[in-house]
This record gives sequence, structure tokens and C-alpha cells, in this order.
Amino acid sequence: MKLDWARTLAIARKETLQIRRDLRSLIVVLVMPLMLMGLMGYGINLDQTHVPLCTFDQEGSQQSQDLLKRFANNRYFDLTLNAVNYDQMVAAIDARRCTIGIVVPLQFSQRLREGDAVGVQAIVDGTDPNTANLVIGYAQQVTGDFSTSVAIKFLQRRGLGIVPPLSVDARTWFNEELESRNFIVPGVVAIVMAVIGTFLTSLTIAREWERGTMEQLISTPASALEVIVGKLVPYFAIGMADASVCVAIAVWWFEVPLRGSLLVLTGASALFMAAVLLMGFLISVLAGSQLAASQFSLLITFLPSFLLSGFAFPIDQMPAAVRAFTFLIPARYYVVILKAVFLKGSGFAANGTQFFGLALFTTVVGTMAVRSFKKSL
Amino acid sequence: MSPAGNSVEVEDLVKRFGTFTAVDHVTFQARTGEVFGFLGPNGSGKSTTIRILCGLLQPTSGSARVSDIDVAKNPEAVRKNIGYMSQKFSLYNDLTVVENLHFFAGLYGVEGDRLKHRIAWALRMASLEGRESSKTGTLPGGWKQRLALACAVMHQPSVVFLDEPTSGVDPLSRRQFWELIHQMSAEGVTVFVTTHYMDEAEYCNRLALMFRGKLVAFATPAELKRTSMKGDLILLECESLGRAIQVIRQIDEVREAAVFGNALHLVMRESSAPIAPLREHLELQGIRVTRLEKIRPSLEDAFVALTGHAPEPAAAGA
Repeated sequence: MKLDWARTLAIARKETLQIRRDLRSLIVVLVMPLMLMGLMGYGINLDQTHVPLCTFDQEGSQQSQDLLKRFANNRYFDLTLNAVNYDQMVAAIDARRCTIGIVVPLQFSQRLREGDAVGVQAIVDGTDPNTANLVIGYAQQVTGDFSTSVAIKFLQRRGLGIVPPLSVDARTWFNEELESRNFIVPGVVAIVMAVIGTFLTSLTIAREWERGTMEQLISTPASALEVIVGKLVPYFAIGMADASVCVAIAVWWFEVPLRGSLLVLTGASALFMAAVLLMGFLISVLAGSQLAASQFSLLITFLPSFLLSGFAFPIDQMPAAVRAFTFLIPARYYVVILKAVFLKGSGFAANGTQFFGLALFTTVVGTMAVRSFKKSL
Repeated sequence: MSPAGNSVEVEDLVKRFGTFTAVDHVTFQARTGEVFGFLGPNGSGKSTTIRILCGLLQPTSGSARVSDIDVAKNPEAVRKNIGYMSQKFSLYNDLTVVENLHFFAGLYGVEGDRLKHRIAWALRMASLEGRESSKTGTLPGGWKQRLALACAVMHQPSVVFLDEPTSGVDPLSRRQFWELIHQMSAEGVTVFVTTHYMDEAEYCNRLALMFRGKLVAFATPAELKRTSMKGDLILLECESLGRAIQVIRQIDEVREAAVFGNALHLVMRESSAPIAPLREHLELQGIRVTRLEKIRPSLEDAFVALTGHAPEPAAAGA
């Protein structure tokens, strides 16, 4: 198919003028990236710090207080209540004033001294299992440290040498501080682009049919390909500009490290942008009305990009059927590339599979868009 | 141009949508430089025929040639050489006058000096000078229509298809619009125009009348009026039209009777039949006749005679 640049340019220019005069489009273009970056950058936090803690010391000895102080001084816990009885602690957990309650039993110090095994009770609000798991982990860490120091003292008192306990010396790579923000924010770029690209273009063809301008347009020598390319060029520019804004916010506001090359980032973004634009175009051709097109485009981009792209929820953990379905979501490939480029600094080669997946998706959707557009004339 | 001097040649054209035949073996020609009127009620196949001629639809069978190019075989080439103004008002309301002109000029490859000249020409032609940067959506209907015409002919096509260009436009603007059509025709452009309005049909050099997918007449307006009536046309003004029409329909000599405004038009079975017996018959039934005379048929009468239907409401009032 031949592409006449003069005609394509005429269409692109007309489309640009229309976008500039359409308040709804402008709001989506200007406000959406900031809003989504802000909402998700601040709103989604998978870290658990400042977990409200409640203690109930049944013994009240020096050693029991010692243990509880370790809890209180831990950076993950905030001591909010020293309960005087069991009921008070339960009430605090029920009221969600505390997420975890630590109960030190009677005869705690005596049994420690005698070398008996002794349990410290931890009551955890399991409403949110993720949080509960994290909190239990933190608690075990605190008691483990305490237990080690007690064991060492016990042995020393008996005149035995220090037995060095085995420990894991973990070094985290790529996201050294284990900040969930570093993990979330790059993915938001993908969501912003998916929503903007698909939503904006989904209106463009439906609008022309609705207003009766399409019949005039197709009576001119402009071909299907020229109409598609001409219409998508301005949206592509807008999408890439928005992507740059998002990346800038990620790097300079949220201070997410950008370790990879801008070239890889731009290449992946351009490919992803083409994919979502063509998807929006296809929706526009099939939907027929602007209302149906915009609703459908939000439906198939926002939630799937959010839930099924690996943006926040690991794809490996999904059931096989859902995992297979994620291959149909272009954000899935892009999110992997984004995280790799931001945090690992990897290049084209390391992301070959993702680039291939994205290119395949773009080709298939692009072909469908051209075909269905021709058929609808 | 074809040797016969025809810009549009349609032969045995058929278009079916499933089992519905929208265009049923239609044959006609439009001469270069004429104003060719395409008449018929909604759903008669007018728009379908125009769309085939503009290369927007593929014919089921038969041939359609525009400026000697087969539309079905080479729609792209046809589209470059024609102007088309579709039925719905189809400019971009959110663009200004000049932006719309620029856009369509761009699609047809009008550039540089020619573009400048054509825009100046279009603004003059459509009387839109001084409104260059008005949003198209804010223009009155007649102005929009002229702008749409200007957009359709920015590239100086030799054939222009106008699908009901004046529907919903005030009478003064309609007259102005028709002046433009005749101007183009005088410059050698073939204007192919569909209309509901019978008075507009009178302005055409030749008319093709479509009815239920078939071409029922193809002649000049004068010929059409002369030949479509086999018998005389009688105008009857009287009291209580409703009762009168009942009485009239029982008279053998009358082939048809239809209400036209506040009178009846009667078509007689034969020409030169005496009309005095009609008056006697009506007055015998106690219906007072105020006027009874032989008249020359209008295009509207011809339309009714050919299709057995009154034209659509828009035309009835015209």
C-alpha cells in the first residue's frame, strides 16, 4: 500500500487542530498523567512500616521489658498501647488500633534462666493476609535476635565460648532499599500510556462516523492507511510527551533510579505507544459510537494493565489460565522492560523476548485495524 | 471525455444488499457540463447510485463510468477527479472556514500558489470573505452548505456529485446555492444533484426519476411534464374536498384524483375530454364548485403520475 505524505500530513494537521479544541481530550492529555502518577506513586505502598503494636506484659520483669523494648524500638513497629489485661489488647486489635499484639507470659524470665523453651504469643490481625505475613516475619526477626542474645549470655554464664550462630547475609540487588515505590512507579508509566493512547484514539473514528464527516473523508483519494497513520501521528506525539513527563516525575520527584539507557526506554515506549494507539483505533472502528468506544477502551486497558501486567502483582503467582491471558495485554511486555531498564539498567538484548512480544502484538493489532477499517467503509 | 460527450455513464447497474435490491438494472448518462437532476423518494436508490459513482460502494453487476474511468475497477482514480458532497452536512464544525478548505485541498494535493488561489476563489464563491476564521459550527446553514460545496470543488473536479445539498436550508440560500450550481455548469463542470424539491428539479437540464430501485423516467423537465400524463390535468376547487374526492373517484372518465393544497388535481383518462359533466356531477351531490379548469401539469404532477405517490412532504409544500 502506498502512502502519500501530503495527504497523511493534511489528516495529521486536521486531527491536531481538533485535539487542541477538544476540552475533554486536553484534560485527559494534561491531567491524567499527573493524577495517575500522584495517585499510584503515593497511594500504592506495599511496604509495611509503623505497624501499630500492642503489648501485654503478664510478668513485668526486666527481661520481659527488654524484649518488648526491642519491639518498640524496631523501625517496623510503633508501640501504641501497653495493655494491662488480655481483654484490653483484644479490644485494641478488634478496633484496628493495633495490627499485632505481643503477650509475654508469666514466669518468662525464670524459664529463660532455667534454659526452658518459652513461647511469646503474637496475635496478628489477619484481615489482610499480606500485611499479616509481613508482620509475623518482622516479629520473628525481633524475637529471633532476642533469643540469640539470650542464648549467648546463657552459654557465657556457663563458661562456654561464644558459638557464632549461622545467619543469612542478604544483599538485595537492583532495589537495594526494597522500596516498593521503586517497583511500582516505573509501571505507572505503562498504565498512563495505555489509558491515554487507547482512550484518545478510540474516539477518533467513532466521532467521524457520528458526525457524518467520515463519508466525506472516504470520498476523497485518502486511503485507509493514510487515514490511520495521519490520525495516529498527533496522538503518538502526545503519548510520547506524556510518557516523558511520567519518566521525569519518576526520576526527579519519586527518585526512582533510572539505570538503563534512554534509547532502550524510548524504543520500548514508542513500540508500546504504537500498540495501544492501534488498539484504540481498532476499538473505534468496531464500536461505532463515541460512548461505546470510550467505555470499552477504558475497560480493556485500565484494569488489565493494572492487574495483569505484573505492574504490582507478580504474573508468576497467577493461575495458569490467567497467566496465559496476560500475553494478550501489551502492558505486560512493556512493564517488564520498564522495570528492567529503570532498576537493572538492562538493554535491548536482555529484553529481547519482551520486545518481540510487543512487536508481534503491534503487528497483529495493526493489521486488524487496517482490515476492519477498510471493511467498514 | 468519452466520445459521446458523457461524463457519467451508467449501464445496467445493479446493487443488492442481501436479498434487497437497492438499484435494479439502471441505465442513464449525464452529459458533460449539464446539471443532471436525480429525483426520487427516500430509499429509491438515489444515494446508493451516487455512492457507487463515487467509488464508495462496489456494484453487484453492470457498469458505472465517470469521466471514462470504470469506477468499480479504479475507484482511486475516480475519486481524484470528482467532488462529492454527502447528504449529511459533513464539514468539521470545530475547524474554521479556512482550516476546512485547507484540509480538503490537502487531501486532493492542491498546494502552493494554486492553493492560495483556490482558497481566495472559494471564499469569494461561497461569500465567506471576512469569515475566514469563524468556527464552521457557528455559521448559518446556508453558509455551511456553500462552504461544503467549496470544499468539494477545491481541486477543480470535472464532475461534482451533490447529495441533497439544499435540504434544511432557507429558500434564499437555496436560490443562491443553485446560482453556484449553474455557474459551475457554465464553466463545463458536470453537476449531478439529487433533490427532494420539485422547484429545484425544474432548474436541471435533465432529470432521472428513481422509484424503488428502478429508473422510471429520464428526460428534460419539459418532456417529463408533457409525456408523463396520458390524459388532461384538471384543477378543481370546491367545498368539502374529502367528500368531493370520494365522488370524483366513482367517475369513470377520471383516472386519478389527488389533493394539492386546497384543491384537487384530476387526471383524466383521455385528453380533450369535456369537463362540464364533472361540474354537473358534483353539484348534483350538493358540492359547490368554485373553479374547474384544465391546467398544465407541474413536475409534481408528473412525479405522482409516474410513481403513483405524492412526493415527500418537503416537496409537497414547495
